[in-house]
Parts: sequence; C-alpha cells; structure tokens
Amino acid sequence: MTNVIEVEHLLKIYKTKTGFHTAVRDVSFSVRKGELFGFLGPNGAGKTTTISILCTLLRPTKGSATLNGFDILKNPHAVRQSIGLVFQEPSLDERLTARENLEFHALLYNIPRILRAERIQQMLTMMELEMRQDELVRHFSGGMKRRLEIARGLLHHPKILFLDEPTLGLDPQTRSYIWNYIQELKRKEEITLFLTTHHMDEAEHCDRIAVIDHGEIIALDTPDSLKKTIGGDMIYLTALNPKRAKEEITRRYSVQVKEDPPKGLYFEMAHGEEFIPGFIQEASFKITSISIRRPTLEDVFLKLTGHNLRDELPESLSLMKTHARTKNR
Amino acid sequence: MTVLAEMGTPLQRNLIGIYTIWLREVRKFWRDKSRIIGATVQPALFLLLLGTGIGRGIPQTFQVNNGMQEFLPGVKDYMTFIYPGIIAMTILFTSVFSAISIIWDREIGFLKEVMVAPISRWAVAIGKTFGGSTVAMLQGCLMLLFAPIIGVKLTPLTILALLPLLLYISFSLTAMGIAAAARMRSMQGFTVIMNFLTLPMFFLSGAMFPVGNLPSWMDILVKINPLTYGVDMIRAVVIGYNDYPLIYDIYIMGFFGLLMLALAVLAFSERE
Repeated sequence: MTNVIEVEHLLKIYKTKTGFHTAVRDVSFSVRKGELFGFLGPNGAGKTTTISILCTLLRPTKGSATLNGFDILKNPHAVRQSIGLVFQEPSLDERLTARENLEFHALLYNIPRILRAERIQQMLTMMELEMRQDELVRHFSGGMKRRLEIARGLLHHPKILFLDEPTLGLDPQTRSYIWNYIQELKRKEEITLFLTTHHMDEAEHCDRIAVIDHGEIIALDTPDSLKKTIGGDMIYLTALNPKRAKEEITRRYSVQVKEDPPKGLYFEMAHGEEFIPGFIQEASFKITSISIRRPTLEDVFLKLTGHNLRDELPESLSLMKTHARTKNR
Repeated sequence: MTVLAEMGTPLQRNLIGIYTIWLREVRKFWRDKSRIIGATVQPALFLLLLGTGIGRGIPQTFQVNNGMQEFLPGVKDYMTFIYPGIIAMTILFTSVFSAISIIWDREIGFLKEVMVAPISRWAVAIGKTFGGSTVAMLQGCLMLLFAPIIGVKLTPLTILALLPLLLYISFSLTAMGIAAAARMRSMQGFTVIMNFLTLPMFFLSGAMFPVGNLPSWMDILVKINPLTYGVDMIRAVVIGYNDYPLIYDIYIMGFFGLLMLALAVLAFSERE
C-alpha cells in the first residue's frame, strides 16, 4: 500500500509573550492511501496546528511533509489542489447561497467550466442539500452548514479530505448524520480521510489512530490494537472501605488499582466475566457495587497520558465561543 | 499527475482567482440594498444640507462676472463647488468600508477558504482591491444622479471621461484600505484607525473649501494628501475648475495607488 501523506520530524514553535510554546514536537507519521486516519487528543494537543501545517496555512519551524507526492514547502499549490478541508470553525460565506459558495470554490480550484455544474449538482445531491441550494447559508442549521462544508471540500475531487473536528458544536443526532456521510464517502470514493477529534467514540470509526498529547504522538495503531494494550476488561467497584479493598486487591491479584473518585476503584483484568464471581466470594471486604466494561480509547488515553481526554478544556467553552460568534453576526 | 493537469498554469489560475474574488465583492454589494442606500443618503445630506447652509452663509463676492456673482471663477455657487468633493468623499468612505470585508472574512472564517485555495496571496490582495474599487466606483457613480438637482450639466461625454477616473481613484483608495485591513485583527481597531485617517484626508482635500489661500502649515498637509488630487481630478471633469494640471493629478494618484497596492500585496504574502 502506498502512503499518501508522509510527515517527518515536524516541529512548530510559536513565539508567545512569555517565551516559546512548542505546539508540535517532532511528529512523524504516514497515512496510507484510502485510509480513514484519526488524530485523537484533547483540545490544545496540537491537532489543528499539525493540520494547518499539512495544508500549507502554517510554515513548520522544522521538518518536512509530502501530501499526494508534493512537498508542502516546495509545491504548496499542488498540495492545496490535492486536498479538501473542512475546518473546525465555520468558513462559509453566509451572505451567499449554498450554490454560490460552491461556485466560488469551483472557480478558485479552477474546475473546468464543463464539469462545474455537474459536480456542484452531484455534491448537493450527495449531501442532501439540493432543495435548499438557492437559499442564503445564514438560514441553514449547524448540521446543514457542516454538510455544505463537506460538499465544498470534496468539490475539486481532492485525494485527501481533512476534517478538523467535523462534529464540533453539533447535537448528537446531527453528529451521527455527519458520521453516516463520512462513512458513505469512504465506501464510495477513492479518497483518504484525515480527521481530528477529541471524542473517543468518533475515533473508534477510524482505521488507524494517532493519539496526540502535548504536541507529541504517543501511540499510533488501529483502535483494536490500542485497546489490546489494556490488559483485558475494566472492572469498576465501590466498597464500604475503599482503602482496605484497594490494598487487598493489589495484594491478591497483583494488579494496579486506581481511584476514580465518583465511580470508586477500578482495575484491569483479563476475562472479566469469569473473574467476577470468584472475586466476590473471595473478597473479605464489603462490595457495594461492581461493574465491568470493555476498554475504550478513553482508557487507552488515560493509561498513556495519565489524564482524561476531556480534562483539558471543557467542551462547553468552545461551544460558547461558537455561540458568541454566531450572535455577533 | 492528474492534479497538476487540472490546475492549469499559475498565471491562468491566479487570474481566475482575481476574477472570482472580484465577483464575490460585487455580487454582495449588489445584494445589500440597504448598504447602497445608506452610502448614498449620507453624502447626499452633506451635499444638500452643508451645501445650502454654508453656501448661504458665504457671501458670493469672490468674483463678479457680467454682473453675476460667483463663488469662484466659473463656479456658480458653493454647492456646485463641493459637489465633486462629495463624490470623492463617497468614494473614499466606500473604498475604506469595503476593505473591512477582509477583517469580516477573517472573523467568519471565510478568509481561510481563500487562503488555502491554490492561488497566490498576491492574487487575493489584487482581487480584493479590484472588487472594492469596483464597488466604490459604482457608489461614486450613484452620486452623479444628483447633478441635475443642483444644476450641474453632465454630458454623456463627461460621464464617459469620468468613469475611468472614478475607478482610478477608487483603486488607489481601496488599496490603501486593504493594506491597512490586512494587518488588522479587529473591526473596532480598523474603524478607529480609519476614522483617524479618512476624516483628516477628507477635510484636507479641498473638498469643502478652495485650497488657493491657506496658511502654509495647512497648505503642506493639503499638498501631501493624495485625496486632494482625486478631488481636483473630479472637479476638473465635472465642473471644469482645477487647481493642478490633470496629468499631475493622475501621476500622483497612480503613484500612491501602486505604493498602497504593493503594501497590500506584502501584507497578504506574510504568513503568520
């Protein structure tokens, strides 16, 4: 399989008022053709910075990358023609109609005149926006806008489509709609999809995931393989005397028991279902509740970094930002 | 590779890019009727109210010709005198206002769509400048509708000569706005800076008073103000009165415009 993206030792340092901030720290990876590749990490981990460098909006401090065989520094225009982008924040002209937004894009990407109308029609149909194509975008809902942005990103038939937090600020129902479109896209088109997310359930859909934190890739594998790094199932329990319970479990099963204050204690154990009955019988302490869960990417992230995906910045904050921007219009 | 085949030559791509950005500006101007009306009413008020009020306050004793009193040689009254100045003002304000669209585009995220397209940054700057200047020229043309009301005769030939000049002035002033806006991040900041710049430019352009008899400190300010030559240019064609030779006006306005365009292109070419 060929690689459509190759990134080597990418480094980005920002100058700030107080000194320097390393947003991307020596990142190297490659993305295979036709793959759905995900960047998983909390807000501020360096996902957007990396994407901005790859799509030639930002210049790396050091390192190199090629997309579709073109170097981001030597041939930025060919890189741009090869990629489509759906930005984290809205980037439509709301005072133009849906169709006009697409026409604008078609012109900017020099799509031959004879193909323009046909492709615009095709994308509007695919994203189910045909009926509303002549309405001003400002009257669209968040989900429709996002669909229009995806349609626009695909219009010039890019080899790679970047989706930066494609479901940010959308309600759960719309989010699953968008995911249906993304998966349909993957089935139908010969395209590589590169997305960033801080939702572990979205990362599950990816073929491979790069887990990124503080500007570094700390793991890169398929979701299943990543989950296998956890030694089995997650067992959660609460006990009358957590201290004693923790000590006894650690001693008897030689596992690391961790505390998750609201939920109680948890530890990893292979074949959890078979383990629990014996465990309850053997325990000398009083168990008040017990549950078992298959490991998730959230657990993987926690194990790798020692903190939760959502710890960094509450999502409500970025939602508020989006909201404020809409109001200011 | 197929990608390259679809791209065309860089020049062709950039020209289409300029056209696209220009088209968007013009289309949005045309759609926003309230903006057109607002940008017409404001200078109309200046013209009619200030023209009448101040005109009545000034005795028309500057020149007597065949027993008729005139404001200046060949200029019937004050309102006629400021009419070309008000056209220039309309163009100045519209040009600068249209440059706000860059900050606006950045705010709504649309600038990214343009910046990541496979066209050069200079093409973006030039497209924006062409778009803004077309809009400013159209807005300036709307002011020509007032000619019959205040008694200025415009022949088709005059109008034909005027249009390229209005576009020329619009281009220089829009380039100035774009050069400033490209470096600014906030609307408020831009508005403050632009008021700070446009109002003195307007006051010191000879739009509202003759510049022949000014104290030397003010004379210098008037002479280094590029708008002075824009006003003079319009005045020469519309009412046949001018302080400087037309060719002189054209040179200075053109030089200023090219300088500003260079600054605008430079501002766009810098990556953050």
